[in-house]
Amino acid sequence: MLPELSHEEILRYSRHLLIPEVGLDGQRKLKASSVLIIGTGGLGSPVSLYLAAAGVGRIGLVDYDVVDASNLQRQIVHGTATLGRRKVESARQRLLDLNPLIQVDVFDEPFTSANALQIAESFDVIVDGSDNFPTRYLSNDLCVLTGKPLVYGAIFRFDGQASVFDARSGPCYRCLFPEPPPPDLVPSCADAGVLGVLPGTIGTIQATEAIKLLLGIGSSLAGRLLIYNALEMTFETVTLKKNPRCKICGSEPEITGLIDYFEFCGVPGIVHGPTDSEWDIAAPELAQRLQRGEPLFLLDVREPHELAISHIEGACNIPLGELPARLSELDSGREIVVFCKMGTRSQRALELLLSAGFRKVRHLRGGINAWAREVDPRLPIY
Amino acid sequence: MPIIHIPNLLRPYVAGQADVTVTGATVGAAMEDLVTRYPAFRPHLYKADGSLRPFVNLFLEGKNVRDLQGLATPLEETSVLTIVPSIAGG
Repeated sequence: MLPELSHEEILRYSRHLLIPEVGLDGQRKLKASSVLIIGTGGLGSPVSLYLAAAGVGRIGLVDYDVVDASNLQRQIVHGTATLGRRKVESARQRLLDLNPLIQVDVFDEPFTSANALQIAESFDVIVDGSDNFPTRYLSNDLCVLTGKPLVYGAIFRFDGQASVFDARSGPCYRCLFPEPPPPDLVPSCADAGVLGVLPGTIGTIQATEAIKLLLGIGSSLAGRLLIYNALEMTFETVTLKKNPRCKICGSEPEITGLIDYFEFCGVPGIVHGPTDSEWDIAAPELAQRLQRGEPLFLLDVREPHELAISHIEGACNIPLGELPARLSELDSGREIVVFCKMGTRSQRALELLLSAGFRKVRHLRGGINAWAREVDPRLPIY
Repeated sequence: MPIIHIPNLLRPYVAGQADVTVTGATVGAAMEDLVTRYPAFRPHLYKADGSLRPFVNLFLEGKNVRDLQGLATPLEETSVLTIVPSIAGG
């Protein structure tokens, strides 16, 4: 039995009730339905806002981050008033302001193999708004194993992708991408940047697909991948087929339970706080050594356009992508300190230099942002 | 001549071009022409054994070449091959 709508709900959703494809019964279906949104970032923002506004009865939000000023260029479910607060709490407050007639359940924790099944169990549809490959493969595998539809969306700079993966009747994410790329090929949005409105476009498409699935109307993106190029303003749709040899939804699956996705994707697990190692150096220590006049070679592996935002005097710029071809420009006899924006690219540069035989090399922990925070407050943090 | 459409993510490997005109009567030959001209691109598209990396998808007229004849899929002079990489941002 579908729940009845109150007079208040009938007024609120009247524009839906007027569409024959939705109508009173459709709106009651939405009220009775539930959607789990993984991530309350760029994609999770429009998805959660539109599903809340549409009257999806129960929305689940998973995230373990806090709202940062650099999020607000695109993560529109949060605001200046909630800076520093837990993202799931910030989002819940906004969603319930938009629509107090729905229920918002929050999971303020990383989404992992250990808790994913339990968190997702009671939801009808899963929306992937995550920002990393381990969570994307986890979300896919979870949906295949539990028979739930996955509304997929992903973004990078000006490029977006969206689809619906439902292994019960079509391909899954692994049919398209059997394995993730190596971590050094695809930088994160934090390192590479993203057009702020891009997740708005892709997330809104995800919200549309989720609502269609819940209502059982229209043709979903199942079996198709939508490819969006914001720079050229093109939408292209390609056909996806189930891979009979897919490791999880194929005829002879190798994966029958959730696995360790950080290991599978070749990336380190979630790191809480700074890590110490013989290969990194803290900003204050680097400042002291430079002040003592030590002949350190500062190597900035950021992209040239980032130098206009902030730079350290005397540093040599070789973007990470060019480093393999320009190793001969470096003096292996001199101690090299590599840095980038936050420490991710410099870590990769460090690994590259070590594998090329350099031994006197370290990287600046936390990057130039840590330098700005701890040594030179005249520099902006970005 | 066939064109290979390069996504933003991978354009640094082809001097920033969106479309690269190539020669080749098959998908494999066209791709080989691409990576011969841009050698730094090769390790990102191919494994050491010469097979395409699993996260690289090539679509010809909206169809995945894996569902056609793979690298042996024939190309016409006007064919447009699109590389679809996996991206993870959110």
